[in-house]
Amino acid sequence: MNEQSVLHDLVSRNEAEILQRWIERQLGASNFRSDRISKVEVSDQSRRFLSLFRQSLSSGSADLYSPAWANTRQMLEEVSVSRAQQGFAPSETALFVFSLKETLFEGLQDQLPKDLKAASQMILDTNQLLDRLGLFTTEVYQRGREQLIIRQQQELMELSTPVVTLWEGVLALPVIGTLDSARTQVVMENLLQRIVETGAAIAIIDITGVPTVDTLTAQHLLKTVAAARLMGADCIISGIRPQIAQTIVHLGVDLGTVITKATLADAFAIALRRLGLGVTKVGAPKKRREPEAQSTTRDRTED
Amino acid sequence: MERIPILKMGEYLLVTIQVDMHDRLAMTLQDDLTARIVEARAKGVLIDISALEIVDSFIGRMLADIAAMSRVLDAETVVVGMRPAVAITLVELGLSLTGVRTALNVERGMDLLRERIRERFSE
Repeated sequence: MNEQSVLHDLVSRNEAEILQRWIERQLGASNFRSDRISKVEVSDQSRRFLSLFRQSLSSGSADLYSPAWANTRQMLEEVSVSRAQQGFAPSETALFVFSLKETLFEGLQDQLPKDLKAASQMILDTNQLLDRLGLFTTEVYQRGREQLIIRQQQELMELSTPVVTLWEGVLALPVIGTLDSARTQVVMENLLQRIVETGAAIAIIDITGVPTVDTLTAQHLLKTVAAARLMGADCIISGIRPQIAQTIVHLGVDLGTVITKATLADAFAIALRRLGLGVTKVGAPKKRREPEAQSTTRDRTED
Repeated sequence: MERIPILKMGEYLLVTIQVDMHDRLAMTLQDDLTARIVEARAKGVLIDISALEIVDSFIGRMLADIAAMSRVLDAETVVVGMRPAVAITLVELGLSLTGVRTALNVERGMDLLRERIRERFSE
C-alpha cells in the first residue's frame, strides 16, 4: 500500500523525466527494431502507457484485474495486437514493459526507505507489478493466436468438403486432404444432406486430392458409401491414382461392391449412362438438325 | 395394442412407420407383414421410414430381417426415405443392410419396385 503510493508520487512528480529516459533507453537498446516500428510510435505508446500507469497506481490497488487497471490493460492489449501485426515476437512485446523497470528503479533509489527490509520489499513489489503487466501482453498475444488457430480449423473443415452438382441427379464430392474420423463425419453429413435436398441418385466421391489411403481411410470411405446407399443413392469412387491402387491391394482392403474408376470423367460417364443419358457430338453446323432430333439426352425408358 | 398399419395397394403392400419403433412393435410388424404378404399374395413391399428418427441395432436388424423374409415369400422389398442421421447411425453400428434395396423417397421406391417386378415377369 505504502510502496505503491511512493511509486505513484515518484511517477506523478517526474513523469516527463521518466518518460524521456524510458524512451531513450528503448530507442538506444541494441535490439531496437527500427525496421518494424517508428520512433514516433514508440514515444506515443510509452507516453500513453506511463500516463495510464500513473492513473492506475493512484487507486492503490495492485490487482491487475480490478477496474482501476482496466484502462491500462486495454492499452496493453492494443499494443500487443499492433506489435504482433508488426511482426514482433511476444518476448519483444513484453520487453516494452520490462524496460520501464530500469528507469523506475533509478528514480526510486533516492526514495527508498532507510530500513533495508522495507526497501527490498518495495523493490520486490514494484518488480512484481511490472512483471505482471509484461506477462499480460504475452497472454494477450497467446489468446489472439489461439483464436486464429480455432477459426482457421473451422474454416478448413468447411472449405474442404464441398458437394457439387454435376448434373441433375448426379453429385460429386471432391475430397481434398487426409480423411480422418472427424472429417469423415462432416463429409458424410454434407453428402447425405445434399442427397436429400437434390434427390440425387448417384454420388461420385473423387479422391484425387487424398494424399494417402490407409486401411482407416478406406474404412471411412466404405462407411460413406454404405450410408449413401442406405439413403437410396449409389456411390462411385473415382480419382484413384496408380500408387493408391497398389496400396489398397497391398493392404488387402476389400472395396467390395463399390464401383471404382480411375478418373472423375469415367465416373461421370457411368453416372450419365445409369440415368439413361448420354453425350453425343453435335455435328457440323449444316447438319445440325439431325443429331439434335436425337438430342444429347436420351429418354430413360430407352435404356 | 399398438400396431403399424399395412396398406394394400394393388399387388404392393405399403408400410409407413410414423412412430418411434420399440422392440415389441417391431416384432409385431414382422408377424403382421409376413402374414399379409402371404394373404394378399403381394409382389412388392415398400417400407417408408422417413418419420423414423431413432434407430438401434435391433431395429436395424429387423429391417434386414423383414427384407430377407419378404424375399423368401417372393416379394421385393424397398426401404425408402431414410434420414441422413439414421443412415449414419446404422453404418456406425456396422449395419450396412447390404441385402436391402433402398430408395430416396416413396416415388423412387415405387419406380424401383415396378421395375424389379417387370424384370421378373419378363424373365
